[in-house]
Amino acid sequence: MNRIWIAFAGLALSACVTINIYFPAAAAEKAADKIIDEVWQTQQTDKPAAKEAK
Amino acid sequence: MNAMIKYFVAIVALTAALNVSAAADLEVNTPGINAIKQSMQTRHAQLAPYYDSGAVGLTADGMIALRDAGAVPLAQRQAVNALVAAENGDRSALYAEIAKANGHPEWQAEIRSTFAQRWIQRAQPKWWVQSGGGWKQK
Repeated sequence: MNRIWIAFAGLALSACVTINIYFPAAAAEKAADKIIDEVWQTQQTDKPAAKEAK
Repeated sequence: MNAMIKYFVAIVALTAALNVSAAADLEVNTPGINAIKQSMQTRHAQLAPYYDSGAVGLTADGMIALRDAGAVPLAQRQAVNALVAAENGDRSALYAEIAKANGHPEWQAEIRSTFAQRWIQRAQPKWWVQSGGGWKQK
């Protein structure tokens, strides 16, 4: 019986972890740069490293 | 006891996998986002001279604002105000649309602040940007 409770506690804890997905700041920055490039029609001359697939 | 350890390892692996998938790229290629982007791109050609002259600046909250109405001839002032209002409408919609496209409408504020930083950082020399409550020329 004790084991079941521990298992439930583990499940509840992992559910918290998966629901509170953090904001992907780096991905958001990359997405912002991509959109800004397209809106302003600029090439990233100052950051050539970021000029890849996405 | 062995079974329980295996169980916990499985749980940890599962949550780790979910977190990795959440850290992947943001979805920005939806019809809604593309339409807003297109509209902003077209408008940028009209706005660019006002950024250059300093009439319009980039605000700290990811929008644009008429910061020096005196730099705009009276006859154009109404047109500039309309451009600024339309641009800000598109920008708000863009931030909301990106948050929605990624299944997290609550990310809108964070997306807006990320964009705010990037717009300002990527602004061209001579453009005016808002920083620390005041306007500053790049």
